[in-house]
Amino acid sequence: MKKTVCLLFAIILTACTSTTNSTLYQKLGGQVGIERLTDSFINEIGNDKKILAYFMDANVAHFRAGFINHLCALTDGPCEYKGDSMVAIHTGMNITEADFNRVVDLLINAMDEQKVSHTVQNKILAKMAPLRPEIIRI
Amino acid sequence: MNWLNVFTGLFIAVYSLSVTAGQGKLLGTPGVSQIEGSAGGGLVPWAQLAGYASEDEFAINGFCSRADVTDYSLDVCGAQINIFDRVELSYAQQRFEVPALDTTIEQSITAAKVRLYGDIVYSPWPQLSLGVQHKSLDDGTVATLVGAQETRGTDIYLAASKLHLGALVGYNVFWNLTTRYSDANQLGLLGFGGENTSKELLFEGSAAIFLSREIALGVEYRQKANNLGLGEQDWQDIFIAWMPNKYVSITAAWLELGSIAGAKNQTGWYLSVTGYW
Repeated sequence: MKKTVCLLFAIILTACTSTTNSTLYQKLGGQVGIERLTDSFINEIGNDKKILAYFMDANVAHFRAGFINHLCALTDGPCEYKGDSMVAIHTGMNITEADFNRVVDLLINAMDEQKVSHTVQNKILAKMAPLRPEIIRI
Repeated sequence: MNWLNVFTGLFIAVYSLSVTAGQGKLLGTPGVSQIEGSAGGGLVPWAQLAGYASEDEFAINGFCSRADVTDYSLDVCGAQINIFDRVELSYAQQRFEVPALDTTIEQSITAAKVRLYGDIVYSPWPQLSLGVQHKSLDDGTVATLVGAQETRGTDIYLAASKLHLGALVGYNVFWNLTTRYSDANQLGLLGFGGENTSKELLFEGSAAIFLSREIALGVEYRQKANNLGLGEQDWQDIFIAWMPNKYVSITAAWLELGSIAGAKNQTGWYLSVTGYW
Protein backbone atom coordinates (compact mmCIF):
# COMPACT_ATOMS: atom_id res chain seq x y z
CA MET A 1 0.00 0.00 0.00
CA LYS A 2 2.85 2.37 0.82
CA LYS A 3 4.23 1.73 -2.68
CA THR A 4 0.95 2.86 -4.22
CA VAL A 5 0.99 6.08 -2.21
CA CYS A 6 4.62 6.78 -3.11
CA LEU A 7 3.94 6.09 -6.77
CA LEU A 8 0.99 8.51 -6.72
CA PHE A 9 3.11 11.30 -5.28
CA ALA A 10 5.95 10.52 -7.68
CA ILE A 11 3.61 10.94 -10.65
CA ILE A 12 2.35 14.25 -9.31
CA LEU A 13 5.85 15.55 -8.64
CA THR A 14 6.96 14.56 -12.14
CA ALA A 15 4.02 16.49 -13.52
CA CYS A 16 5.24 19.42 -11.41
CA THR A 17 8.74 19.60 -12.81
CA SER A 18 7.51 19.60 -16.40
CA THR A 19 5.41 22.74 -15.98
CA THR A 20 6.88 26.08 -17.02
CA ASN A 21 7.21 29.14 -14.85
CA SER A 22 4.58 31.25 -16.62
CA THR A 23 2.31 33.42 -14.48
CA LEU A 24 -1.29 32.56 -13.72
CA TYR A 25 -2.19 35.54 -15.88
CA GLN A 26 -0.49 33.89 -18.86
CA LYS A 27 -2.07 30.53 -18.07
CA LEU A 28 -5.48 32.22 -18.18
CA GLY A 29 -4.71 33.47 -21.69
CA GLY A 30 -3.70 37.01 -20.74
CA GLN A 31 -6.04 39.98 -21.04
CA VAL A 32 -8.31 38.29 -23.60
CA GLY A 33 -8.63 35.15 -21.47
CA ILE A 34 -9.45 37.17 -18.36
CA GLU A 35 -12.09 39.18 -20.25
CA ARG A 36 -13.72 35.98 -21.53
CA LEU A 37 -13.64 34.44 -18.05
CA THR A 38 -15.21 37.59 -16.57
CA ASP A 39 -17.98 37.53 -19.16
CA SER A 40 -18.70 33.86 -18.37
CA PHE A 41 -18.75 34.74 -14.66
CA ILE A 42 -21.18 37.63 -15.22
CA ASN A 43 -23.35 35.29 -17.27
CA GLU A 44 -23.35 32.73 -14.41
CA ILE A 45 -24.35 35.44 -11.92
CA GLY A 46 -27.10 36.63 -14.27
CA ASN A 47 -28.60 33.15 -14.25
CA ASP A 48 -28.57 32.80 -10.47
CA LYS A 49 -31.55 34.56 -8.85
CA LYS A 50 -30.12 34.41 -5.33
CA ILE A 51 -26.77 35.98 -6.23
CA LEU A 52 -28.20 38.37 -8.82
CA ALA A 53 -30.17 39.97 -5.97
CA TYR A 54 -26.90 41.33 -4.54
CA PHE A 55 -26.26 43.09 -7.86
CA MET A 56 -29.58 44.94 -8.10
CA ASP A 57 -27.90 48.33 -7.63
CA ALA A 58 -24.71 47.44 -9.47
CA ASN A 59 -23.47 48.85 -12.74
CA VAL A 60 -22.48 45.79 -14.80
CA ALA A 61 -19.88 47.65 -16.91
CA HIS A 62 -18.26 49.02 -13.74
CA PHE A 63 -18.24 45.55 -12.14
CA ARG A 64 -16.78 44.01 -15.31
CA ALA A 65 -13.94 46.53 -15.55
CA GLY A 66 -13.18 46.25 -11.83
CA PHE A 67 -13.20 42.43 -11.84
CA ILE A 68 -10.94 42.22 -14.93
CA ASN A 69 -8.51 44.69 -13.34
CA HIS A 70 -8.55 42.85 -10.01
CA LEU A 71 -8.12 39.39 -11.56
CA CYS A 72 -5.22 40.68 -13.70
CA ALA A 73 -3.49 42.03 -10.57
CA LEU A 74 -4.19 38.88 -8.49
CA THR A 75 -2.78 36.58 -11.18
CA ASP A 76 0.49 38.54 -11.45
CA GLY A 77 -0.49 40.21 -14.72
CA PRO A 78 0.78 43.64 -15.80
CA CYS A 79 -1.83 45.53 -13.77
CA GLU A 80 -2.28 47.25 -10.46
CA TYR A 81 -5.74 47.05 -8.88
CA LYS A 82 -7.17 50.57 -8.83
CA GLY A 83 -10.78 49.80 -8.01
CA ASP A 84 -12.64 50.33 -4.75
CA SER A 85 -11.57 48.29 -1.73
CA MET A 86 -13.29 44.96 -1.12
CA VAL A 87 -14.59 46.30 2.19
CA ALA A 88 -16.07 49.44 0.59
CA ILE A 89 -17.78 47.41 -2.14
CA HIS A 90 -19.33 44.78 0.15
CA THR A 91 -20.23 46.83 3.22
CA GLY A 92 -23.95 46.71 3.88
CA MET A 93 -24.48 43.61 1.73
CA ASN A 94 -24.34 41.18 4.69
CA ILE A 95 -23.11 38.36 2.47
CA THR A 96 -23.46 34.99 4.19
CA GLU A 97 -20.89 32.17 4.19
CA ALA A 98 -23.27 30.17 2.01
CA ASP A 99 -23.73 32.89 -0.61
CA PHE A 100 -19.98 33.55 -0.70
CA ASN A 101 -19.40 29.87 -1.50
CA ARG A 102 -22.22 29.97 -4.04
CA VAL A 103 -20.33 32.73 -5.88
CA VAL A 104 -17.18 30.57 -5.69
CA ASP A 105 -19.23 27.79 -7.32
CA LEU A 106 -20.33 30.20 -10.06
CA LEU A 107 -16.73 31.26 -10.68
CA ILE A 108 -15.72 27.58 -10.91
CA ASN A 109 -18.53 27.05 -13.45
CA ALA A 110 -17.21 30.00 -15.46
CA MET A 111 -13.64 28.63 -15.33
CA ASP A 112 -14.91 25.19 -16.43
CA GLU A 113 -16.73 26.86 -19.30
CA GLN A 114 -13.52 28.64 -20.34
CA LYS A 115 -11.60 25.34 -20.10
CA VAL A 116 -9.31 26.62 -17.33
CA SER A 117 -7.43 23.57 -16.02
CA HIS A 118 -8.21 22.21 -12.56
CA THR A 119 -4.80 23.13 -11.13
CA VAL A 120 -4.91 26.69 -12.49
CA GLN A 121 -8.43 27.04 -11.06
CA ASN A 122 -7.19 26.05 -7.60
CA LYS A 123 -4.27 28.48 -7.75
CA ILE A 124 -6.67 31.31 -8.65
CA LEU A 125 -9.01 30.32 -5.80
CA ALA A 126 -6.01 30.28 -3.45
CA LYS A 127 -5.23 33.89 -4.45
CA MET A 128 -8.83 34.97 -3.85
CA ALA A 129 -9.61 33.05 -0.65
CA PRO A 130 -7.71 35.43 1.68
CA LEU A 131 -10.07 38.26 0.55
CA ARG A 132 -13.05 36.53 2.20
CA PRO A 133 -12.88 38.41 5.53
CA GLU A 134 -13.13 41.69 3.56
CA ILE A 135 -16.28 40.46 1.81
CA ILE A 136 -18.62 38.48 4.07
CA ARG A 137 -20.73 39.49 7.09
CA ILE A 138 -20.17 43.24 6.59
CA MET B 1 -33.53 -1.22 13.35
CA ASN B 2 -33.20 1.37 16.06
CA TRP B 3 -31.17 3.73 13.89
CA LEU B 4 -33.95 3.89 11.34
CA ASN B 5 -36.33 5.34 13.94
CA VAL B 6 -33.79 7.95 14.95
CA PHE B 7 -33.07 8.81 11.36
CA THR B 8 -36.76 9.14 10.52
CA GLY B 9 -37.22 11.29 13.62
CA LEU B 10 -34.42 13.65 12.64
CA PHE B 11 -35.69 13.79 9.09
CA ILE B 12 -39.19 14.80 10.19
CA ALA B 13 -37.78 17.27 12.74
CA VAL B 14 -35.82 19.13 10.11
CA TYR B 15 -38.59 19.15 7.57
CA SER B 16 -41.18 20.32 10.10
CA LEU B 17 -38.95 23.34 10.68
CA SER B 18 -39.42 24.00 6.96
CA VAL B 19 -35.79 24.90 6.72
CA THR B 20 -34.25 24.14 3.37
CA ALA B 21 -31.22 21.93 3.69
CA GLY B 22 -27.91 23.68 3.75
CA GLN B 23 -25.77 23.77 0.61
CA GLY B 24 -23.43 26.48 1.83
CA LYS B 25 -20.15 24.59 1.82
CA LEU B 26 -17.94 23.89 -1.15
CA LEU B 27 -18.23 20.49 -2.81
CA GLY B 28 -16.42 17.72 -0.96
CA THR B 29 -15.39 19.86 2.01
CA PRO B 30 -17.64 18.19 4.66
CA GLY B 31 -15.83 14.88 4.21
CA VAL B 32 -17.75 11.62 4.39
CA SER B 33 -18.99 9.40 7.27
CA GLN B 34 -16.61 7.38 9.42
CA ILE B 35 -17.46 3.99 10.97
CA GLU B 36 -18.57 5.46 14.30
CA GLY B 37 -21.01 7.83 12.59
CA SER B 38 -19.13 11.13 12.81
CA ALA B 39 -18.13 13.19 9.79
CA GLY B 40 -14.65 12.14 8.81
CA GLY B 41 -12.92 9.79 6.53
CA GLY B 42 -13.59 6.08 6.91
CA LEU B 43 -11.76 5.29 10.16
CA VAL B 44 -10.96 8.72 11.56
CA PRO B 45 -13.33 11.50 12.68
CA TRP B 46 -12.37 14.87 11.17
CA ALA B 47 -12.85 18.44 12.37
CA GLN B 48 -15.50 19.16 9.75
CA LEU B 49 -19.13 18.85 10.75
CA ALA B 50 -21.28 16.52 8.65
CA GLY B 51 -23.17 17.86 5.68
CA TYR B 52 -23.25 21.05 3.66
CA ALA B 53 -24.73 23.41 6.27
CA SER B 54 -22.94 26.73 6.82
CA GLU B 55 -23.33 29.14 9.75
CA ASP B 56 -27.06 29.81 9.28
CA GLU B 57 -28.19 26.46 7.86
CA PHE B 58 -29.19 22.95 8.92
CA ALA B 59 -28.19 19.73 7.25
CA ILE B 60 -29.19 16.14 7.71
CA ASN B 61 -27.37 13.11 6.33
CA GLY B 62 -27.76 9.36 6.35
CA PHE B 63 -25.12 6.77 5.58
CA CYS B 64 -24.40 3.06 5.39
CA SER B 65 -20.97 1.44 5.27
CA ARG B 66 -19.64 -2.08 5.00
CA ALA B 67 -16.18 -3.39 5.80
CA ASP B 68 -15.35 -6.89 4.68
CA VAL B 69 -12.05 -8.27 5.97
CA THR B 70 -10.51 -11.74 6.05
CA ASP B 71 -12.40 -13.22 9.00
CA TYR B 72 -15.03 -10.60 9.85
CA SER B 73 -17.43 -8.06 8.44
CA LEU B 74 -18.85 -4.85 9.85
CA ASP B 75 -22.04 -3.12 8.76
CA VAL B 76 -22.80 0.38 9.97
CA CYS B 77 -25.74 2.65 9.28
CA GLY B 78 -26.41 5.98 10.87
CA ALA B 79 -27.46 9.59 10.56
CA GLN B 80 -26.08 13.01 11.40
CA ILE B 81 -27.62 16.39 11.90
CA ASN B 82 -25.64 19.60 11.52
CA ILE B 83 -26.90 22.68 13.34
CA PHE B 84 -25.49 25.98 12.04
CA ASP B 85 -22.17 24.26 11.31
CA ARG B 86 -21.51 24.58 15.03
CA VAL B 87 -22.85 21.31 16.43
CA GLU B 88 -23.03 17.84 14.88
CA LEU B 89 -25.20 15.16 16.47
CA SER B 90 -25.01 11.61 15.19
CA TYR B 91 -26.24 8.11 15.82
CA ALA B 92 -24.85 4.90 14.36
CA GLN B 93 -25.58 1.21 14.75
CA GLN B 94 -22.79 -1.27 14.12
CA ARG B 95 -23.23 -4.99 13.33
CA PHE B 96 -20.01 -6.95 13.60
CA GLU B 97 -20.22 -10.44 12.21
CA VAL B 98 -17.97 -13.30 13.23
CA PRO B 99 -18.86 -16.15 10.85
CA ALA B 100 -16.44 -18.60 12.51
CA LEU B 101 -18.38 -18.37 15.77
CA ASP B 102 -21.74 -17.77 14.10
CA THR B 103 -22.01 -14.64 16.25
CA THR B 104 -23.06 -11.04 15.67
CA ILE B 105 -21.99 -8.25 18.02
CA GLU B 106 -24.07 -5.09 17.90
CA GLN B 107 -23.11 -1.68 19.22
CA SER B 108 -24.84 1.69 19.15
CA ILE B 109 -22.92 4.97 19.13
CA THR B 110 -24.41 8.31 20.07
CA ALA B 111 -22.07 11.18 19.34
CA ALA B 112 -21.68 14.92 19.32
CA LYS B 113 -19.07 17.24 17.87
CA VAL B 114 -18.63 20.98 18.41
CA ARG B 115 -16.68 23.20 16.08
CA LEU B 116 -14.38 25.31 18.25
CA TYR B 117 -12.61 27.34 15.60
CA GLY B 118 -12.20 27.99 11.93
CA ASP B 119 -13.12 26.75 8.51
CA ILE B 120 -11.07 24.09 6.73
CA VAL B 121 -10.82 26.21 3.57
CA TYR B 122 -10.65 29.82 4.69
CA SER B 123 -9.26 30.25 8.19
CA PRO B 124 -5.50 30.79 8.52
CA TRP B 125 -5.24 28.05 11.15
CA PRO B 126 -6.83 24.59 10.84
CA GLN B 127 -10.46 24.04 11.78
CA LEU B 128 -10.63 22.65 15.30
CA SER B 129 -13.42 20.52 16.77
CA LEU B 130 -14.05 18.64 19.99
CA GLY B 131 -16.09 15.45 19.87
CA VAL B 132 -17.51 12.80 22.12
CA GLN B 133 -18.70 9.31 21.12
CA HIS B 134 -20.72 7.29 23.61
CA LYS B 135 -20.77 3.59 22.75
CA SER B 136 -22.93 0.84 24.14
CA LEU B 137 -22.89 -2.87 23.32
CA ASP B 138 -26.32 -4.44 22.96
CA ASP B 139 -25.01 -7.69 24.43
CA GLY B 140 -21.71 -7.69 26.31
CA THR B 141 -21.24 -11.47 26.53
CA VAL B 142 -18.31 -11.70 24.11
CA ALA B 143 -16.65 -8.56 25.51
CA THR B 144 -16.80 -9.90 29.04
CA LEU B 145 -15.57 -13.31 27.89
CA VAL B 146 -12.39 -11.83 26.35
CA GLY B 147 -11.65 -9.82 29.50
CA ALA B 148 -13.16 -6.37 28.92
CA GLN B 149 -14.03 -4.40 32.07
CA GLU B 150 -17.04 -2.56 30.66
CA THR B 151 -19.65 -3.02 27.95
CA ARG B 152 -20.11 0.70 27.41
CA GLY B 153 -17.65 3.54 27.13
CA THR B 154 -17.08 7.10 26.02
CA ASP B 155 -14.34 8.38 23.71
CA ILE B 156 -13.37 12.05 23.62
CA TYR B 157 -11.40 13.48 20.72
CA LEU B 158 -9.92 16.71 19.45
CA ALA B 159 -9.57 17.03 15.67
CA ALA B 160 -7.76 19.56 13.48
CA SER B 161 -8.32 19.69 9.70
CA LYS B 162 -7.12 21.89 6.87
CA LEU B 163 -7.60 22.05 3.11
CA HIS B 164 -4.80 23.82 1.24
CA LEU B 165 -6.02 25.24 -2.09
CA GLY B 166 -3.70 24.40 -4.97
CA ALA B 167 -0.91 23.49 -2.56
CA LEU B 168 0.54 20.49 -4.39
CA VAL B 169 1.30 21.60 -7.96
CA GLY B 170 -2.15 23.10 -8.13
CA TYR B 171 -4.03 20.22 -6.52
CA ASN B 172 -5.97 20.74 -3.29
CA VAL B 173 -4.45 18.95 -0.33
CA PHE B 174 -6.28 17.93 2.83
CA TRP B 175 -4.97 16.71 6.16
CA ASN B 176 -6.44 15.89 9.54
CA LEU B 177 -4.99 15.05 12.93
CA THR B 178 -7.09 13.61 15.73
CA THR B 179 -6.21 12.82 19.33
CA ARG B 180 -8.56 10.41 21.03
CA TYR B 181 -8.85 9.59 24.73
CA SER B 182 -10.28 6.09 24.84
CA ASP B 183 -10.23 2.64 26.37
CA ALA B 184 -12.26 0.96 23.62
CA ASN B 185 -11.20 -2.48 22.36
CA GLN B 186 -11.66 -2.75 18.59
CA LEU B 187 -13.96 0.33 18.53
CA GLY B 188 -15.79 -1.02 21.61
CA LEU B 189 -17.02 -4.13 19.80
CA LEU B 190 -14.88 -6.11 22.26
CA GLY B 191 -15.86 -3.87 25.17
CA PHE B 192 -13.87 -1.26 27.05
CA GLY B 193 -10.68 -1.57 29.08
CA GLY B 194 -8.87 -4.69 30.23
CA GLU B 195 -7.10 -5.91 33.29
CA ASN B 196 -5.09 -3.07 34.91
CA THR B 197 -5.54 -0.73 31.95
CA SER B 198 -6.80 2.81 31.81
CA LYS B 199 -7.86 5.24 29.11
CA GLU B 200 -5.04 6.50 26.94
CA LEU B 201 -4.31 9.12 24.31
CA LEU B 202 -4.30 7.70 20.80
CA PHE B 203 -3.34 9.45 17.57
CA GLU B 204 -5.14 9.31 14.26
CA GLY B 205 -4.38 11.01 10.99
CA SER B 206 -5.52 11.38 7.41
CA ALA B 207 -4.15 12.96 4.25
CA ALA B 208 -5.79 13.30 0.87
CA ILE B 209 -5.35 14.93 -2.48
CA PHE B 210 -8.28 16.11 -4.61
CA LEU B 211 -7.63 14.89 -8.16
CA SER B 212 -10.65 16.92 -9.30
CA ARG B 213 -13.57 18.73 -7.59
CA GLU B 214 -15.30 15.34 -7.24
CA ILE B 215 -12.58 12.81 -6.50
CA ALA B 216 -10.28 12.59 -3.50
CA LEU B 217 -7.58 9.99 -2.95
CA GLY B 218 -6.17 9.53 0.51
CA VAL B 219 -4.73 7.50 3.35
CA GLU B 220 -5.66 7.13 7.01
CA TYR B 221 -3.96 5.85 10.12
CA ARG B 222 -5.56 5.07 13.47
CA GLN B 223 -3.57 4.11 16.55
CA LYS B 224 -5.17 1.44 18.76
CA ALA B 225 -4.66 0.34 22.33
CA ASN B 226 -4.01 -3.29 23.22
CA ASN B 227 -5.97 -3.52 26.49
CA LEU B 228 -6.97 -7.17 26.17
CA GLY B 229 -3.55 -8.62 25.33
CA LEU B 230 -5.01 -10.01 22.10
CA GLY B 231 -2.48 -8.24 19.89
CA GLU B 232 -4.77 -5.39 18.77
CA GLN B 233 -2.92 -3.37 16.13
CA ASP B 234 -3.10 0.07 14.53
CA TRP B 235 -5.44 0.45 11.56
CA GLN B 236 -4.75 1.95 8.16
CA ASP B 237 -6.45 2.37 4.84
CA ILE B 238 -6.12 3.91 1.43
CA PHE B 239 -9.34 5.43 0.09
CA ILE B 240 -10.97 7.03 -2.91
CA ALA B 241 -14.04 9.20 -2.44
CA TRP B 242 -16.37 10.34 -5.20
CA MET B 243 -18.57 13.37 -4.52
CA PRO B 244 -20.43 14.00 -7.77
CA ASN B 245 -22.73 16.62 -6.19
CA LYS B 246 -23.94 17.96 -2.83
CA TYR B 247 -26.47 15.12 -2.41
CA VAL B 248 -24.38 11.97 -2.38
CA SER B 249 -20.86 10.66 -1.79
CA ILE B 250 -19.43 7.20 -2.33
CA THR B 251 -16.20 6.01 -0.71
CA ALA B 252 -14.21 2.85 -1.37
CA ALA B 253 -11.17 1.83 0.64
CA TRP B 254 -8.63 -0.92 1.11
CA LEU B 255 -8.28 -1.74 4.81
CA GLU B 256 -5.35 -3.13 6.76
CA LEU B 257 -6.62 -3.76 10.27
CA GLY B 258 -3.91 -6.07 11.59
CA SER B 259 -4.87 -8.63 14.20
CA ILE B 260 -8.46 -8.75 15.46
CA ALA B 261 -9.25 -11.03 18.42
CA GLY B 262 -6.32 -13.29 17.60
CA ALA B 263 -6.99 -13.56 13.86
CA LYS B 264 -4.01 -11.99 12.12
CA ASN B 265 -3.64 -9.88 8.96
CA GLN B 266 -7.21 -8.68 8.59
CA THR B 267 -7.36 -6.96 5.20
CA GLY B 268 -10.23 -6.25 2.87
CA TRP B 269 -12.60 -3.81 1.21
CA TYR B 270 -14.67 -0.97 2.56
CA LEU B 271 -17.58 0.72 0.84
CA SER B 272 -19.62 3.63 2.17
CA VAL B 273 -22.46 5.78 0.84
CA THR B 274 -23.65 9.04 2.40
CA GLY B 275 -26.78 10.92 1.34
CA TYR B 276 -27.13 14.64 2.13
CA TRP B 277 -30.41 16.52 2.52
